[in-house]
Amino acid sequence: MAVRKDNKGILFTLPALGLLGFSILLPFLAAALMTLTNQRMLTPNPTEFVGLENYSRLLSVTVREVPREIDQQGEPVVDADGNVVYQRLQPILRSDPELRAYQTLTEFDVGPRRYAILAKDLVFWRALGNTFFFVLLVVPIQIGTALGLALLVNQDFRGRTAFRTFFFAPVVTSMVVASIVWSFLYNENTGLINQLLGAIAGSGVVAINWLGSEALALPSIAIMSAWQGAGFQMLIILAGLQSVDQQLYEAARLDGASRWQQFRHVTLPGLRNTLIFVVIATTIAAFGLFIQVDVMTQGGPNDATATLIYHAIRSGFREQDVAYGASVAVIYFLLVLAVALAQRRLTRSADER
Amino acid sequence: MIRCSLLLFGIGLLSVTAAADPVEIDLWRHEAEVVELTASLEAVDRFNAEQDQWRFSVETLPQVTYTSAVTAAALAGQLPCVLDLDQPVVPNFAWSGHLRALDTILSTEQLDALSEGAKGTYKGAVYSVGQFEVVLVLFARKSELQRYGIRIATMESPYTADEFREALRLIKRESPEKFPLDLNAKDQGEWLPYGFSPWIQSAGGDLIDRNSYRRADGYINGDAAQAAARWYQSLFEERLAERKTFVDAQALIQGRAIFHYTGSWETNRYTQAFGDDLVIMPPPDFGNGPKAGAGSWHWGISSTCKHPDAAQAFLEFLLRPEEIAATSSARWQIPTTEAGATLTENYREGGKWRKLYEYSRSYAVKRPATPGYPKISAAFEKAMMDIRFGKNVEDALNVAADAIEFDVERNRGYGFSN
Repeated sequence: MAVRKDNKGILFTLPALGLLGFSILLPFLAAALMTLTNQRMLTPNPTEFVGLENYSRLLSVTVREVPREIDQQGEPVVDADGNVVYQRLQPILRSDPELRAYQTLTEFDVGPRRYAILAKDLVFWRALGNTFFFVLLVVPIQIGTALGLALLVNQDFRGRTAFRTFFFAPVVTSMVVASIVWSFLYNENTGLINQLLGAIAGSGVVAINWLGSEALALPSIAIMSAWQGAGFQMLIILAGLQSVDQQLYEAARLDGASRWQQFRHVTLPGLRNTLIFVVIATTIAAFGLFIQVDVMTQGGPNDATATLIYHAIRSGFREQDVAYGASVAVIYFLLVLAVALAQRRLTRSADER
Repeated sequence: MIRCSLLLFGIGLLSVTAAADPVEIDLWRHEAEVVELTASLEAVDRFNAEQDQWRFSVETLPQVTYTSAVTAAALAGQLPCVLDLDQPVVPNFAWSGHLRALDTILSTEQLDALSEGAKGTYKGAVYSVGQFEVVLVLFARKSELQRYGIRIATMESPYTADEFREALRLIKRESPEKFPLDLNAKDQGEWLPYGFSPWIQSAGGDLIDRNSYRRADGYINGDAAQAAARWYQSLFEERLAERKTFVDAQALIQGRAIFHYTGSWETNRYTQAFGDDLVIMPPPDFGNGPKAGAGSWHWGISSTCKHPDAAQAFLEFLLRPEEIAATSSARWQIPTTEAGATLTENYREGGKWRKLYEYSRSYAVKRPATPGYPKISAAFEKAMMDIRFGKNVEDALNVAADAIEFDVERNRGYGFSN
């Protein structure tokens, strides 16, 4: 088929491009430029060009061996269980001008030796890891829940509109309010969830420290976030479900397909594009985790819930180091862009198969 | 930022339209709770009624975002003539050249009469003044202390840190379900530096060296600071205080706690709840006497103010004893001058809260008067949070010390020379 080429298309996209350029591209470029300076928020000092200093502070990582503790006879110290005792690393780092700016991110053993991964900005790397972990947790939980709810309220039963409203209600609740309420629920000593678990277990006291333990804090936030957000995805999936051709179900039933087979071979393929959209949108939103952390945990305990956006805002506003905060934001932007492009590529190549 | 400047532009337009015979002067303040805000507006009305040269018109901005909004306005060159500021941020505005020094504007007598916490300073010059003060105290109920056989602390003999922890342990042994000490564990942000840096100072440490304002190493992470921070950590490890709460200032009333360590702002509520059973005590002593954070909301004059004479008259008006007394009476806050205190029912010699006034005179330590305070505050807050959740005390404080010194270097010493 011959396609007539002209430039009218470009003309029509101009308003949209202009708007995007003005509201997204321009601020991004301004922020990217700022990351090459030492701009503070309120200062009489002139802004100086510092090259990639902010990025080197942000991204510097190195590995060093952790020395063993040596006793007065020059022998390596071994504790009561026969384990090798290593020296505390921080005093060593602080006495070395080259390593002074580094902190220990994590330690690992290779054979009889122990190594430490050191980072200049410990919180950034923890935040990066936490952000990915959160995305991996929340996207399946949230979309799974949304799909389940959508299938539920797509049934024909009395009062389904009421249920749709109930499930959607958290979405229109302010995230700050939801976070405060869930903070009450998660409280270790007086929270409803622990009391409920105690009642079920029958033993009375269950003291799970949901938001106060490093292992549970982020999963707890993921569950709460999925609860808050799932209603929105439910609506989109519901719309997708209703656009699946009813004749396909009829044909499947005539062929003797079970409910599960209908779901697997009719519903899921029919929802394919909807689900791709939902996955990409949820992933991007999940990368931006901030409000829940700000209200519920403030990045703690021990950075277990710090996220990229939280780190950017804390550096840029609370500590007034806007250039550094902008550097974190630029990394964040590139990351989300890369993930979105990768997802698009994956789904598109599946299309072409 | 763009939205902010539009908003500010809008505010600018509004104030221009009303300009008429008495010269219109704009004033910003944070949106405090109703009683305090009303009292403040009434003070402005009294000033407007008293003379016909100037008319102050008040804009209130939400408290949570107040400092950000004022910072944005400062960057845009849109500050009003007179504004209120939280004392710890004053040096930052002064260093950046957004505030006028008040030493030549207000009389020496007026400045000398003010308590230390009522003056926001940077490099020895005064840039802001306050009408009221807050102080840190221990609240408890006499009847409960008697029940556990714990003595009441006084200014002459405050609890030592060890004695206080023993008292908390005693309560914990007898009532294991209680968390004997409420430390406002829900509060984030400035509460941690405000509430807990005085412990470091009472132990003999500090957040930063107050001579140079460039060295934190050896101060915030010195032996004294580490000792106080370990004491703090032990409260959480021994479950004498809760790591995390979601309502503050309820535990004492509900009987879940025996002591509440907090600011004097709770005095009226507790007086209403407990009446004569309430006992107000000094903070624990870590070796150098009790210390308490000083410095609340202050008034300053912007350097872009076109009518400094009007601003001067207004500040002089606010510092009159009867005005300080009126502000204090409205929200039971501690007056910042003796003359003001004498005019109040609660803080005059023999008044029922006189001791709060004396605490604020004896224990007050201001947060470090450096433009780098935002970083100091954030670094100390993070260290104390991490320590609360079990991080090695020395490590946590070392990280804070290094972060503060790095920030000072990055900002060329914040105007302080070596």
